[in-house]
Amino acid sequence: MSSSSNSGEFRIKGAGRHTPARTARFTFDGKSYTALEGDTVASALLAHGVHLLGRSFKYHRPRGILTSGPEEPNALLDVSRDAARRQPNVRATVQEVFDGAKIASQNRWPSLKYDIGAFNDMLSPFFAAGFYYKTFMWPREAWHKLYEPIIRRAAGLGEAPKEADPDHYASRYVHCDVLIAGAGVAGLTAALSAAATGKKVILVDEQPEVGGALHFDSSTVIDGQNGFDWAQAMAAKLKAMPNVTVLTRTTVFGYYNHGFLALVERVTDHVALPGRDLPRERLWQVRAKKVVLATGSIERHMVFANNDRPGIMLASAARSFLNHHGVAVGRNVGVYTAHDSAYEAAFDLKRAGVSIAAIVDSRSHPGDGVLAEARALGIDVLTGHAVTDTSGRLRINSITVTRNGGANARKIKVDALLISAGWTPSVHLFSQSRGKLRFDEANQRFLPDIYAQNCISVGACNGTDDLADLIDEAIAAGGGAAVVSGENRFEWTGGMIGAAEGAGPEDAVKAFVDFQHDVTAKDIRLAVREGMHSIEHIKRFTTNGMASDQGKLSNMHGLAIASEMLDRPIPQVGLTTFRAPYTPVTYGTLIAHSRGDLFDPARKTPMHAPEAAEGAEFEDVGNWKRAWYFPKRGEDMHAAVNRECRTVREVGGVFDASTLGKIEVVGPDAAKFLNLLYTNTWDTLKPGKSRYGIMTREDGFIYDDGVVGRLAEDRFHVTTTTGGAPRVLQHMEDYLQTEFPHLNVWLTSTTEQWAVIAVQGPKAREIIAPFIDGLDISNEAFPHMSVAECTIMGVPGRLFRMSFTGELGFEVNVPADFGAAVWKAIWERAQSMGACLYGTETMHVLRAEKGYIIVGQDTDGTVTPDDSGYGWAVSKKKTDFVGIRGLKRPDLVREGRKQLVGLFTKDPKDVLEEGAQIVADPNQPKPMTMLGHVTSSYWSETLGRSIAIALVAGGRAKMGSTLYVPMADRTISVEVTDMVFFDKEGGRING
Amino acid sequence: MLLIHCPYCEEDRSELEFRWAGEAHIARPENIAAISDEEFAEFFFLRNNEKGLTYERWRHIHGCGRFFNAARDTVSDRFLMTYKAGLPKQPIPVASKAAAIAEEKTVETWEATEGDAR
Amino acid sequence: MRKYSVFAIAREAMRAHKGWEAQWTSPEPRSSYDVIIVGAGGHGLGAAYYLAKEHGITNVAVIEKGWLGGGNTGRNTTIIRSNYLYEESMDIYEHSLKLWEGLSQELNYNVMYSPRGVMMLSHNIHDQQSFKRHINANRLYGIDNEWLTPEQAKAFVPVLDISKTARYAINGAALQRRGGTARHDAVAWGYARAAADRGVHIIQNCEVTGIRRGPGGEVQGVETSKGFIGANKVGVSAAGHSSVVMEMAGVRVPLHSNPLQALVSEPLKPIFPCVVMSNTVHAYISQSDKGELVIGAGTDQYNSYSQTGGLQIITHTLDAICELFPIFRRVKMMRQWGGITDNTPDRSPIQGVTPVPGLFVNCGWGTGGFKATPGSANLFAHLIAKGEPHKLASGLNLDRFRTGRLIDEAAAAAVAH
Repeated sequence: MSSSSNSGEFRIKGAGRHTPARTARFTFDGKSYTALEGDTVASALLAHGVHLLGRSFKYHRPRGILTSGPEEPNALLDVSRDAARRQPNVRATVQEVFDGAKIASQNRWPSLKYDIGAFNDMLSPFFAAGFYYKTFMWPREAWHKLYEPIIRRAAGLGEAPKEADPDHYASRYVHCDVLIAGAGVAGLTAALSAAATGKKVILVDEQPEVGGALHFDSSTVIDGQNGFDWAQAMAAKLKAMPNVTVLTRTTVFGYYNHGFLALVERVTDHVALPGRDLPRERLWQVRAKKVVLATGSIERHMVFANNDRPGIMLASAARSFLNHHGVAVGRNVGVYTAHDSAYEAAFDLKRAGVSIAAIVDSRSHPGDGVLAEARALGIDVLTGHAVTDTSGRLRINSITVTRNGGANARKIKVDALLISAGWTPSVHLFSQSRGKLRFDEANQRFLPDIYAQNCISVGACNGTDDLADLIDEAIAAGGGAAVVSGENRFEWTGGMIGAAEGAGPEDAVKAFVDFQHDVTAKDIRLAVREGMHSIEHIKRFTTNGMASDQGKLSNMHGLAIASEMLDRPIPQVGLTTFRAPYTPVTYGTLIAHSRGDLFDPARKTPMHAPEAAEGAEFEDVGNWKRAWYFPKRGEDMHAAVNRECRTVREVGGVFDASTLGKIEVVGPDAAKFLNLLYTNTWDTLKPGKSRYGIMTREDGFIYDDGVVGRLAEDRFHVTTTTGGAPRVLQHMEDYLQTEFPHLNVWLTSTTEQWAVIAVQGPKAREIIAPFIDGLDISNEAFPHMSVAECTIMGVPGRLFRMSFTGELGFEVNVPADFGAAVWKAIWERAQSMGACLYGTETMHVLRAEKGYIIVGQDTDGTVTPDDSGYGWAVSKKKTDFVGIRGLKRPDLVREGRKQLVGLFTKDPKDVLEEGAQIVADPNQPKPMTMLGHVTSSYWSETLGRSIAIALVAGGRAKMGSTLYVPMADRTISVEVTDMVFFDKEGGRING
Repeated sequence: MLLIHCPYCEEDRSELEFRWAGEAHIARPENIAAISDEEFAEFFFLRNNEKGLTYERWRHIHGCGRFFNAARDTVSDRFLMTYKAGLPKQPIPVASKAAAIAEEKTVETWEATEGDAR
Repeated sequence: MRKYSVFAIAREAMRAHKGWEAQWTSPEPRSSYDVIIVGAGGHGLGAAYYLAKEHGITNVAVIEKGWLGGGNTGRNTTIIRSNYLYEESMDIYEHSLKLWEGLSQELNYNVMYSPRGVMMLSHNIHDQQSFKRHINANRLYGIDNEWLTPEQAKAFVPVLDISKTARYAINGAALQRRGGTARHDAVAWGYARAAADRGVHIIQNCEVTGIRRGPGGEVQGVETSKGFIGANKVGVSAAGHSSVVMEMAGVRVPLHSNPLQALVSEPLKPIFPCVVMSNTVHAYISQSDKGELVIGAGTDQYNSYSQTGGLQIITHTLDAICELFPIFRRVKMMRQWGGITDNTPDRSPIQGVTPVPGLFVNCGWGTGGFKATPGSANLFAHLIAKGEPHKLASGLNLDRFRTGRLIDEAAAAAVAH
């Protein structure tokens, strides 16, 4: 055995599929190593004789590499390119080495070789499954303050990233006729067959190359050539077909409803210098008419004492490392198996010059073929024997072998031990698709039985072991035709599930079932003794199968041990559900583009940019950005708002009202329709006039409000609240389409069509007059609550005479594209006349001074029109409208309901906290009886004092009385007042 | 993510385009102002919430905008049919009913009682 | 029942843990009981425990279709808090929180109640108004809940992004320090063990197929897959299946059953100290003692009993999580699952008598039932024992849908204006 390159002393010359000249350098725990391109981190480290890669979760036992695939429970590492591109919990058996990779072990301190946490292993008699449910309860506070922090520090595996991820991710939606998961012999054959029909086919495999088991299985010959070479040739053929997409390094991780599957493609994690335009990973969301599952099977480990030492690995993994990567996992290797397949690992290694210490087979009668071959190769086979223990602190150095039953114990020196208990069909995706499994008693495995979706399982995942049968099955599943012939060197027999000889019965033995979570056979037995008879209880009590490999290796063993303890057949013990994802998926991939500006795109009005240029501060309202206030140099928010309020009342102000929802309601029955949808009456509204409307749902609570203008007999311009626009339209459409389909009405959302500029204040008319053509806007010709279509700065617009400030006011509606230009012109003139820009905060103060409510702030979905003081808006004459019955329910008409009223603080300088609660007796003990709460509260610059609006039980009957607002540090006395604080006569509006 | 057939567009489209709109075939009483509190509560709040075959409404909100009716199995989430608003409750075609029943058994035993220790 | 303690563990450690007894037994059902509770989740098992302990009624069976604790008790994200707005809600959730504080000792079972704090993020003025309304109401009711500035919030959760440039920047937070998490399975198991110890029968894998009623309409017992079992009092606590069970007695309840999904990450060393929720971006997250980030996603929009949901619900939630905590973009989702939540029109639970004499209902806990487990169980036991609700639960009756006296916590959160 020799190695010509520096890529590791365990490289076998002539073995493997990598090119010796193409190397990559990486570090592991600070030490530098050379790998070959195509190596996984596992194969690269094994090539250098490094087996110790991690520490287990609970006992911090030294752990090595168990597998060569995504089912790896032990070898989880921290892999980084730089500080921000650091990934914890990466499986060494999946991650490909790239030049410059920095790799570190996890869950150990101070070092991997000397880990303080391993103390837990000595205390393990105390740490039986579920021990934490039985202690740490005294004293009461100690769990949270003392025990839990210690447990939390000890638990966990990798360290979370510390910096925001600079990489980006991509996403794609695809439809196809056939999606094939897995590109081993079965998947490739099914793909050839399906592709021949001309259907749109997607073939997916998680490995860098197609081939599946052919990666390690060097003895299978297909179409007369080496199986792996055949696979590559077929992949090339498929890739060349226009109707086929072949995705490698791609995992089908979820199989959801209605043929919907989710895939993750790893695009750059194996590349030393990824192009900047490349995503790190890509999420594929595929809707497939048919799915072929060709997901193969996963080899199981043997469950016996100390079966977890570094150097112990699955037989197929050792074959992969040798046949694909050209690496020998040891120089003197033992095998412990219950299945013929492990023999072939011994054959391959022996032929590569590795000495085989012995094949220990728990069976008395292995397959004849492998037995004969072993003899021919001079390998010592111990049938009917068991490995009952192993030794070696950081790497296995010997095994204890006995005859089944315990006789004739002896130690055999080894530096690696290959294990196999047989193969578990990968039915994960089938189960995710909600198909039902059946138990194959003869072969001790669960297989697909009843399908819930249009999918079909082929090959090993369907329990089809014979190669010819597998090929026939795959061709049929593909729905077309293909000619493939293959032959196996050996027909495999055997397999077992559950504890092997060396797992007890004495309960001091640590025979691991779930490696990552340190679940042993005795833990499962303990769970059963404690009354956990459902497999779900056993899983949860022991945490078996809940580690990051999600039980790919441990579930069947756990089930069998429980079944034996319960003395019930396996199907009656049950099987835990396989859940998505098949292997862990990066959040970044799942969110793909939905981050930053694209997380939830902000809605901006046509005047957003010029407002920003004027120094506006913005607030979030729903997904809108609204101008909040316009501070001048040196002004804080309060100073700015006070100035804006003063200016609007004394001169005028310009406000962006574009975010208000707008719906065009058109048709011969438009008024009838609105009569049904609003509490008010609309057929009495004359064209050219507008009216404030309140909308309730059937339950009678205020749902939305807004001004509705009638432009013509059959045309209304409806406005809604900013946040309410979409749901109001949905609500209207629902009634129009399903309850009142006889009404001849069309609804169109026009929120984005109109830019709305409110001009308010004594000089409002003077400000806008020069811009309005073809309309007399004098007080006489165009009084309060008028609406008209006109020409505004040469563009067709709509002008409302309306006010949400109590001042003379107009709302100028122009097509959105002209919004910024019209706004600029109006603002230029307004500014020259001494008016100001004002934002939502000033709008709030000014409307509160007038007692105008804001739906969603002063009301909350439990407030009726009458509660809010708007009972007048509910028609008494109409025989029907949405809400008419709900409003009459007992609780909605009872005395003492909460009603909106005004509040004056006794000290006019006190501004109440919005959300503060109101009581009658501030000295009552807690829990206090609360009368209501403050919904709106401001400093009113106009009045020179604070004002507030509140919901108060029986509020209108309490006018003039004193109530209390108890705050954390003091109690504030308030007087209940009318809600209209300013210009009670309303004269200013007609100015 | 469900795949839903819009009976107006006559296409199967992703659930992302649709909004669920509650139980179907609940007509607003014509004399709503005159019904009792109990009748109102029944009309406004009480829903069948069937385990199995349910009749429900969807809206193709990001498509044609139309409300329509659907028959769906709430155990398997399989749609048995969709049909236009205003049509009376439609009988389930025999074929899809049989499929649904077979599937219901499957799913009931598998997912809802996963890991039973019978 | 042999007491659990560190000494018991030490003793058992010496003899390979051979001496532990079964935490509960699996008896065959008797022909009749004084009380039958349908549904062996935390609420049902707890109610049985309190019936035995506080009301002396020990001839009780809890009947479960699957395995105990296998419904929403074992599928939720384990958040506990009591800082609700309305008095009816505060009453029941605070009653529950007080029971949580002593539950491990009460049951002699470590349910790992961890008052690590529940923080709700405020992203805009509307959130702030709503949270302060809660905080003030809670304070006057004797429930802890406090307002934090963004800086104070970050001091409590160092990985929080409080930059002003975030799409939904954080302008403060409400923190209930007594809020936190507990170990969900342990709650079911602890109640099961303590109830079984007092003589309660827990009958698993037994599906209720009918409710038998007498000539006067009164309850006589339940038909099950193991035959008829008699009882004059039946309490239904079947979460997402409540509609189905109540229908057997001809009682309709205003419920929608919706899938609710959750997910956990791979285990990480401690990075996240408390529970953080955001209503504006729809996300909640904590870290389990095993190190997994536990993330609650939203409900699917349609009625379903399938315990599965769409991937788009999960991805939407992760969008929000990664927006709040950009360092988590490289973290990996390890497992996702779904439960069936039973939601009422006002998003508040129903617990009370029904039109059928002897039939009591406890349902409608929606997405928030776990936190209420001890309180709900305790008050449900009172309801069944006395035949009328405890005053702390008197507002949760079915009649509120007739009168309109809803407890609309969702409406109180209101909508953006």
